[in-house]
Amino acid sequence: MAKHTLIAYVEDVPGVLNRVASLFRRRNFNIDSLTVGRTEQAGVSRLTVVVDATEAGARIVEANLYKLVNVLRVDDLTHKASLMRELALVKVKVTPATRSQVLQLVEVFRARVVDVDEQTLVIEVTGTPEKIVKCELVMRPYGIVEIVRTGAVAMARGHELLSSAPPLVPTENVTGDHAHDTSGISMSV
Amino acid sequence: MKLTGAEIIWECLLREGVEVVFGYPGGAILPAYDAMTKYPKIHHVLVRHEQGATHMADGYARASGKVGVAIATSGPGATNMVTGIATAMMDSSPIVCITGQVGSKAIGTDAFQETDVTGVTLPITKHNYLVTKPGEIARAIREAFYIAKSGRPGPVLVDITKDAQQLSAEFDWEGAAPRLPGYRPSYHAPASEYARAAELINAAKRPLILAGQGIIKSGTTDAVLQLARVAGIPISTTLLGIGAIPASSPHNLGMMGMHGEAWVNQAIQQADLLIALGMRFDDRVTGNLKTYALNAKKIHVDIDPTEINKNVPVDVALIGDLGEVLAQIQPQVKPAERAEWWDLIKAQRGDAAVRDIQSLPDNGHLYAAHVINDIWRFTRDRDTIVVTDVGQHQMWEAQYYRHEKPRSLITSGGLGTMGFALPAAIGAKFACPDKDVWVVVGDGGFQMTMPELATAEQEKIKVNVAVINNAFLGMVRQWQEFFYDKRYAATPMTGPDFVKLAEAFRLKGLRCDRRSAVKSTVEKTLAEPGTVVIDFVVEKEDTVFPMVPAGADLDKMIRRPKQDVLAESGNDKDWEMPAAQGAPVAPVAAKPARNGRARPAPKPARAAAPRRAKAGRR
Ligand SMILES: Cc1ncc(C[n+]2csc(CCOP(=O)(O)OP(=O)(O)O)c2C)c(N)n1
Repeated sequence: MAKHTLIAYVEDVPGVLNRVASLFRRRNFNIDSLTVGRTEQAGVSRLTVVVDATEAGARIVEANLYKLVNVLRVDDLTHKASLMRELALVKVKVTPATRSQVLQLVEVFRARVVDVDEQTLVIEVTGTPEKIVKCELVMRPYGIVEIVRTGAVAMARGHELLSSAPPLVPTENVTGDHAHDTSGISMSV
Repeated sequence: MKLTGAEIIWECLLREGVEVVFGYPGGAILPAYDAMTKYPKIHHVLVRHEQGATHMADGYARASGKVGVAIATSGPGATNMVTGIATAMMDSSPIVCITGQVGSKAIGTDAFQETDVTGVTLPITKHNYLVTKPGEIARAIREAFYIAKSGRPGPVLVDITKDAQQLSAEFDWEGAAPRLPGYRPSYHAPASEYARAAELINAAKRPLILAGQGIIKSGTTDAVLQLARVAGIPISTTLLGIGAIPASSPHNLGMMGMHGEAWVNQAIQQADLLIALGMRFDDRVTGNLKTYALNAKKIHVDIDPTEINKNVPVDVALIGDLGEVLAQIQPQVKPAERAEWWDLIKAQRGDAAVRDIQSLPDNGHLYAAHVINDIWRFTRDRDTIVVTDVGQHQMWEAQYYRHEKPRSLITSGGLGTMGFALPAAIGAKFACPDKDVWVVVGDGGFQMTMPELATAEQEKIKVNVAVINNAFLGMVRQWQEFFYDKRYAATPMTGPDFVKLAEAFRLKGLRCDRRSAVKSTVEKTLAEPGTVVIDFVVEKEDTVFPMVPAGADLDKMIRRPKQDVLAESGNDKDWEMPAAQGAPVAPVAAKPARNGRARPAPKPARAAAPRRAKAGRR
């Protein structure tokens, strides 16, 4: 088992997130995180899903995502050069004695303080999920009041993926078979 | 042309070639029903329960290969469809369900008869729609039909709000063509994979084709037989694959799996190559996955990529239409006889050739296996579709009715839905009015959906209902016998007098409790113009053999203890198809029959069973 990062482009229609979530629940796939947002293209949303799966398991997840009618394309970034980021807001207790220590740690994590009052600091930290976990860990002794994480988003590095990607703009009017590029699906073993 | 949403529904159905729909009206679908009166070309069958409508649509689809249509109202009407939709989903049956929904403004308010039907059916449909505007109806219905029948078929539900049915919109059929950018019904495997598959086949010494329902759906019977003939490959079918390969084909070994033939399961375990065609390695087929076909490489051909490596890891996956795949592989496959492999299979078959039916005791009782085998014998010259329910009778049907044609057996395999048979048979009869349609159903399952007899009567259609009446939920009783020390919790079951029941529905009822009367009963049934219900009063505690206990190794089958066979069941050599001798390579002398295990004493329950009185036995 390892973490797999999948990107799914989905039609931005009502219920689509429900379909994806329902699929993961029904097939008993282990979601680590799932995020969704708009893309550069109107009507298309982008999901980043991190799943705990074997290599074969990840292929099955991918195939199941493809099977959803509203899913346009799936990319597995796991073995590709890619960037992964997550954002967290961490509200930490501070006293006059600990404030400067906490601020130092904020520096170390290249995080930012976005709110201050006499008892707490809110830190905004961005990075890989591992970095966020680390940050949480070192803040814990000071007393974490609350923490909120966005879940991971990911993107491939470089230009290659973009240029080889099938067009997102779909063929209109289907009656016969699709001549879709299915290179994204590597089902053979 | 401006039409109401309700009219648009029917315009679309007409254009999709729909001739019959199965449904039940109610408030939220009333506008559609009102508009129906303007479309007399589409025949509406009023069912007695919405579950029946979905099974009818399913039976219609399985018998014809076309899309079946079911209609219901919102809330309870739609939720009553759930079982039928799930049944169609599991067996990849193309149906479109149209449900009414409360007005779009009322959605989310817990309005009267409001249920989140797209939410409820999301995991059991291939896709579903909630339509709130009349202008969106046409496209939703067109897409529903397209999705239901393309790729791996399945159920699609279109939930239409009442106001969308009442309001008007421009009806533009052309403009409503499916726009499904993310939908991929078909795939094409790369050429290198075909070559690898052919290589594996050519190199195999003991290959075996596992024939599934995909062959029926893709109409590739001939191509599969051709492959088997050229390369000397034996074939075994799944339950839903029955009929895909003629039972009389010398290459057809019979059914695999939990209640499959012992020699077939043994062959699977010995094979060095499994060629799985349109089947999905269901647990009822594989038994214990850890020990399943360990000697075999596996080629898996399926149209649905999610089936690949789901249960059984495979060596070559060919995702695509079976016809296309076979056409690609065929020329690369070298002719071969594989005589040694056939000899081995036949030797094992000889070993197991004392078939279960021949080991039934001669105690004057009527056995379900006999009933089913006799129905086959007395109807084999006719074009017949058999629709079974779920339970012991279903397995006996699979074992003792010899299906020669695709779509001649309709059964709920994946979901195992009791109550399926009668409504599905009514649907099948609408699809194939010129064929005989037989229902083989247990007394338990029959009581789940028997009100649909009224539908058959109202529609004046003829289905022949053989109730295999053992006064038990037989299959569950069998599991209790094997695995729960015969504690028959909640399985003894009474029922109505089925003959009188039929009469109450203004139908013909017959009763048969002796083997010698089966023939005349079948003849009387066929002579009757309308639907007939036959109460076949059979042995109460009979057991389906052979059996792989759930989760056990496939070749560890429990076989029927051999008993003193005779009289009515005795001279039964003729039950077997001549094909058994006509195997492709020179036949091997059958070894003296052994039973595969020490001969246990006859079961006390059966030995002690007194001869039953004809009626009123409970
Ligand atoms: C709707 C439904 N409920 C329960 C079951 C579990 N089940 C499987 S077989 C069976 C017994 C069927 O009894 P009957 O219809 O009399 O047929 P028999 O096995 O006796 O031939 C039951 C209860 C089921 N398959 N479907």
